[in-house]
Amino acid sequence: MSRDIFILAMLDGMSYAGLLFLVALGLTFIFGVVRILNVAHGSLYAFGGYGAASLGLWLGQGSESAVASVLLLVTGAIAVGIVLGTVLMLLLRQFQDRDPILQLLVTFGAFMIFEDLQRMIWGTQPYFVADVVNQMGTSELLGVVYMNYQLLFVPGAALAVYFLLKWFLNSTLMGRQIIAVTHDREVATALGINARRIAYLTFVVGAVLGALGGALASPTTSLVPGIGADMIVLSFAVVASAGLGQITGALITALLIGLSRSFCVYLAPEFEVVMPYLIMVLVLLARPQGLFTVVQARKI
Amino acid sequence: MRSLLLNTAAVVVIIGLAMAFPWLKLPLILSLCYGLAALGIVVLLKAGQISFGHAMYACISGYVVAFVGHRFPGMDGVLLIALGTLASVVAGMLIGAFVVRYREIFFGMLNLAISMVLFTVLGKFYAVTGGTDGLRINRPTLLGFELTRDPFEIALLVLVVAISLAAIWGVQRYFLSSSGQALAAIKTNETRLEYLGVSAKKVLWKGYVLSASLCGLSGSLFGLSQGLVTPEMGYWLRSGEFVFIAILGGAGHAVGAFVGAILYEFLKMYAAALVSGSWQLVLGAILIVIIYFLPKGITGLMNRRKRLIGGAA
Amino acid sequence: MTALLQTHDLTLAFGGLVVANGINFSLEQGERLAVIGQNGAGKTTFINICSGLLKPRKGRVIFAGRDITAQSPRKIVRQGMARSFQLPQLFLEHTVRECLQLSAVARAESLSSWSSLAGGSNAVEIDRMLDLISLRDRQHELCINLPEGQRKLLDVGMSLLLQPKLLILDEPTSGVSTEEKHGVMEILMRALDDQKVTAIFVEHDVDIVKRYATRVAAWISGAIAADGSPASVLSNPLIQREVLGE
Repeated sequence: MSRDIFILAMLDGMSYAGLLFLVALGLTFIFGVVRILNVAHGSLYAFGGYGAASLGLWLGQGSESAVASVLLLVTGAIAVGIVLGTVLMLLLRQFQDRDPILQLLVTFGAFMIFEDLQRMIWGTQPYFVADVVNQMGTSELLGVVYMNYQLLFVPGAALAVYFLLKWFLNSTLMGRQIIAVTHDREVATALGINARRIAYLTFVVGAVLGALGGALASPTTSLVPGIGADMIVLSFAVVASAGLGQITGALITALLIGLSRSFCVYLAPEFEVVMPYLIMVLVLLARPQGLFTVVQARKI
Repeated sequence: MRSLLLNTAAVVVIIGLAMAFPWLKLPLILSLCYGLAALGIVVLLKAGQISFGHAMYACISGYVVAFVGHRFPGMDGVLLIALGTLASVVAGMLIGAFVVRYREIFFGMLNLAISMVLFTVLGKFYAVTGGTDGLRINRPTLLGFELTRDPFEIALLVLVVAISLAAIWGVQRYFLSSSGQALAAIKTNETRLEYLGVSAKKVLWKGYVLSASLCGLSGSLFGLSQGLVTPEMGYWLRSGEFVFIAILGGAGHAVGAFVGAILYEFLKMYAAALVSGSWQLVLGAILIVIIYFLPKGITGLMNRRKRLIGGAA
Repeated sequence: MTALLQTHDLTLAFGGLVVANGINFSLEQGERLAVIGQNGAGKTTFINICSGLLKPRKGRVIFAGRDITAQSPRKIVRQGMARSFQLPQLFLEHTVRECLQLSAVARAESLSSWSSLAGGSNAVEIDRMLDLISLRDRQHELCINLPEGQRKLLDVGMSLLLQPKLLILDEPTSGVSTEEKHGVMEILMRALDDQKVTAIFVEHDVDIVKRYATRVAAWISGAIAADGSPASVLSNPLIQREVLGE
């Protein structure tokens, strides 16, 4: 493998990992706190992407400012996340004390609804709004020319979100409350924490993260029906391999999957799409709780 | 006696509808195929487990039918179905041996992951598998008879109805057997089963192989009726549909899966006719409503009425 | 006559807490041993090691002449050691009769995918056990509807149907109301006599111990502090102080 290809694969992989991490983060965060596997997370990705593209188209192409474009993406993602997140939270509240499998199926039903809504709003023709990529220009790294958007911005955004979330959870009151609810909802409530409000907040944050992933992916992806379904199962591979609820773990498995995929593209292209799931199978067979979960002993 | 009457009535209704409205043949065949697959899911539900990857068995079976059909163009359709199903049985035995060590969410996830490996491989290896376009299956003879399209579909419908009835009878019998009851005991207290000296893994494995066989059977019939197999047959959304139907019909009785499947298919058609391209929306909403009001599905409703009327469960 | 159950130097610790401190122990056939001790003294650990739920760090468990150390619970059951649980372990979506039938079928290793649950077990045997544990009139009810005392009886009944050589009962009367306690124990002892089963029972209630045990072993800090007839152990001042809290 030539040095140039190696560098390309590394950079490709890290950029892709950044996107994967953003989407997976929302999924694993929600699970960690409210113990719900949200199948409709894929819809958040899709709506985030389509929403960002629509905003871009509506507010006019031809703008030169990368900063404005980024602000647009982020705003769109936040709006989508809050709206859809609230809808999902309200829906799931009706099934609060039910079997978790039934809750999962409810999110599956919601996903089906959102898929059709997406098709009704944006149709089946591909959307591709890539202005911000051009606005950010290129850089040269070790002899390879690269788009700044993929090279710097996406991984940078992913890392920024990671550290921001970590800081939020560890250093703010609300973040600590979230951690308390994650460990033991009942005890947290007994301590006076409003678990309902925390659950809602978590859901919205997770939803915004999913939508952000979609928004940041949209300038580099062709938006078509079905991207939500593909992305949910892919982010699921990231989350399950790390261990459900593991945030730092998800960063690492996102890198693992992103890099293995990008190297496959150059070395063994047929296996590119297989890799994430192969990794997932191998991890689950060896350590079903995920690479980073510490197993608790079960009492009889 | 009553069930014999109901079965005969159901058969008469189905065949009658197919005769009266010839365009209903294919939807009916597809419904029953989905019913068979959903029945496979119901078997696992008895043990308290859900697989989100069982469409892979339908997929394996369908592709084996396509491969064998290409390689041996004269082979009879019934033999093709048998071979396809056999392939999924073997796959179920192998994969099951690994998968039965896991429970609940991990069981579901591992099945999903394995099915996605299969799906992505089928989609990528174009030369062998036809990639995302899939493979065509030419209409074979059925029990020696070479048939044109219409008679073929009628024959296939009769075959599927017969297989469905046999499946309902056989699986229901399995549910009431000691092995089936041990399977149900896994759901409520697997530890206790081990402390009775029974290997829960072995019991679950048997149930798993049965469920894989049912999905496999569904896949080969599906492939033959469509004349085409695609990787979509093994996609997680398809597995999700099987689970949806199983929940809709409920795990109370083996017939539930078929009731759920026919309802599902006809709701799909009706919704598509009302607002084109919105069947997913309608069905998604219905799933949510069903879970809210009838978490045990339609057969759960039936069982509840039975218990109110009287008699031991 | 060789002992039915023997342990040699059984040792286990969780971190700094020693729950089994080199326990050497021997049980003869026909004995009714009561195991007493404060919570955390190691009694449950001991029976959990014997029945395969826990693996000792050191030491051996010999049952009916065979080394069963670190075998799976399922294998140990198959060799003739059954147990009942502090929290009755039942099949909550099955009826009382079905629970017993599952036990009988399990013992006979006659799990079939074809013949019914009733067909795989001897109806007379099931009826007899139902009478023995006084649950005949509730046999078709879901066991989730049973009160605690009857759940305990069913739990033991399921274990007895396995026709074990040794039955370990983990706190058979805990959670049972004081009025019911003696009734439950009477039924249990009668069933044990009927089936000629050697038994170990973990118990907190001194009256129960006095009345039903042929031998008592008292645990303190992971080791057996006293072992002998109920009279001698229960009057032992160390035991009275450390275990009975008098």
